[in-house]
Amino acid sequence: MSQFAINFIFVIGTFIIYTGIALWARARSTREFYIAGGTVHPTLNGMATAADWLSAASFISVAGLISVGYVNSSFIMGWTGGYVLLATLLAPYLRRFGTYTVPDFVGTRYGSKSARVVAVLCLIVISLTYVIGQMTGAGVAFARFLEVESSTGLLISAAVVFVYAVLGGMKGVTYTQVAQYIVLILAFTIPAIYLSLMMTGHFLPQTGLFGTHEASGVPLLQKLDQVVRELGFHDYTADVSNKWNMFLFTLTLMVGTAGLPHVIIRFFTVPNIQDARWSAGWALVFIALFYTTVPALAGMSRLNLLETVYPDGTDQPALQYEERPEWFKNWEVTGLLKFEDKNGDGRIQFYNDGTLPNANKGFVAPEGWAGNELKVNNDILVLALPEIANMPMWLIGLMAAGGIAAALSTASGLLLAISSAVSHDLLKNTLLPHISDKTEMLYARLSMVGAIVIATWLGLNPPGFAAQTVALAFGMAAASLFPTLMLGIFVRRINSKGAIAGMLAGALCTVSYIFMYLGWFFIPGTNNFPNTPEHWILGISPLSVGVIGALINFTVAVTVSLATEQPSAKIQMMVRRVRYP
Amino acid sequence: MAKEITEVEETLMERELTENDKAYWAANLRLIIICLSIWALVSLGFGVLLRPLLMGISVGGADLGFWFAQQGSILTFLALVFFYSWKMNQNDKKFGLEE
Repeated sequence: MSQFAINFIFVIGTFIIYTGIALWARARSTREFYIAGGTVHPTLNGMATAADWLSAASFISVAGLISVGYVNSSFIMGWTGGYVLLATLLAPYLRRFGTYTVPDFVGTRYGSKSARVVAVLCLIVISLTYVIGQMTGAGVAFARFLEVESSTGLLISAAVVFVYAVLGGMKGVTYTQVAQYIVLILAFTIPAIYLSLMMTGHFLPQTGLFGTHEASGVPLLQKLDQVVRELGFHDYTADVSNKWNMFLFTLTLMVGTAGLPHVIIRFFTVPNIQDARWSAGWALVFIALFYTTVPALAGMSRLNLLETVYPDGTDQPALQYEERPEWFKNWEVTGLLKFEDKNGDGRIQFYNDGTLPNANKGFVAPEGWAGNELKVNNDILVLALPEIANMPMWLIGLMAAGGIAAALSTASGLLLAISSAVSHDLLKNTLLPHISDKTEMLYARLSMVGAIVIATWLGLNPPGFAAQTVALAFGMAAASLFPTLMLGIFVRRINSKGAIAGMLAGALCTVSYIFMYLGWFFIPGTNNFPNTPEHWILGISPLSVGVIGALINFTVAVTVSLATEQPSAKIQMMVRRVRYP
Repeated sequence: MAKEITEVEETLMERELTENDKAYWAANLRLIIICLSIWALVSLGFGVLLRPLLMGISVGGADLGFWFAQQGSILTFLALVFFYSWKMNQNDKKFGLEE
């Protein structure tokens, strides 16, 4: 059987499972549509949260990102550390309060329609930015594994999400996410275990990274440092000089993670506050399984790639282009690997242009140095893994299904966050307060259809901001929603004026700072300053500004609240309800 | 939903905050401060700012700070979330505030 046929069977097989779950988990009330009836087991919700969280980009690109070296550890700490904030500061209390959506909490706690609408706007900016990347990611996963146009892949994915999200709402999304988690985690960890066994003899990639590189007998990370140094790159484990910015960036990712609405609403689906606490723990277990594997995979596949190009070591001639392995040829076709024989010696000289060959005299290149000859898209560190490690064909099929599962699960979680904010907060609680449960349910389904259509259209015609998920979604979540939710629980004195002023100040400062460096509305050429460290105010990069925005939000909310009236007795009682059952 | 909240509110209105309630919330805040201090120490501390101080301690080809940045912080986060859940769920029982 051909690899294509195997991939096809895996992908179609998982689609049948998702559709089956959709038919079984139809939503019969708004409570089921918005929060799956509040009856999801904490462990299952943990799995669904992990699938919600691990996106197409995490699956395909994060290992490549981490393989740059220590500096990108921020992503690993940020995208897991946010769950500690969520577990101790937000999730349990919001579950006890018992609302359906994030803006629902803001509107009810602050007793203000304007606060609710501002929260809806923040949510839509965050989730829409995020969902475009997922739609294009689903298309890319399809294109890579099933040899279809990525736009066709995107349309197929949208159709599958349509079936289970419109029929089942949160209930359908939850149980398909559980299935999607299982598919994606197997698809990610099995190849990593293969690679770890091959390079270090360790079954666990997590310990393999700190184990011994079997081919050379020295510790793997030491070997990696040595190889990249000889090729003129920074040491893999080298410390960074701009600690301040790394600190802020990590913190922004953490706070942003805790403020993302599609993650928060997952905790509304468990039966009670005790379960919400356990569920945060389970979510982190399933996420940690992924994020502790990522750095191992990153380090090992980078070393493995360099060893392929320099089979006899970096002080010996590079690989003959004619002798390149089969997987190398396959990925050249996709353009993710590009070779250009600049010095005409038929060998693949791969190194850092800027610093070699002067930095390393022992390096052999008889035809002279005419520049780096190999361009590598870091996505292949994951995508080409099954072929590099010589894995069986069914595993490649599993990876295809896994990449698509990662995209679909995150997309459906985001679409639900958007559509429930529209139907429950904008329609039911603001514009059309008198509609019945049944009519609201109809509007909820229609909002979901609308959200899918818009996300699909944006996925096919991605606007400039689609590439800025990290800056815009995490920055906004950190600066607008997180402080407002946290103050709503922990500081009784905050009133609606303070909350609204805080959200607006935090969001506007953050977004303006990002626009100043990346262009207004991300239109190229409209930036006020070049995006380089010497132009950053106080050394803060536009990606790290979210936590500063959060501080502005906290300060403005407290100051404005203290300068204006006490919240009403009713609201103060409500805060009590968040804290005690 | 709004109706549910109103009902609970009315029952709460009648009841003043007791010493027990206050002690429960204080215990929660104390626990949060402990957990978040450790959270910041292992990630932003050991993993980022304090890494140069830990350079001397080697862990399998790298240093302790690198290990915390790529593995140790996540493992600590896990322990923290489960510790907090266990302790708070115990407190809910101890203070008689279980749902």
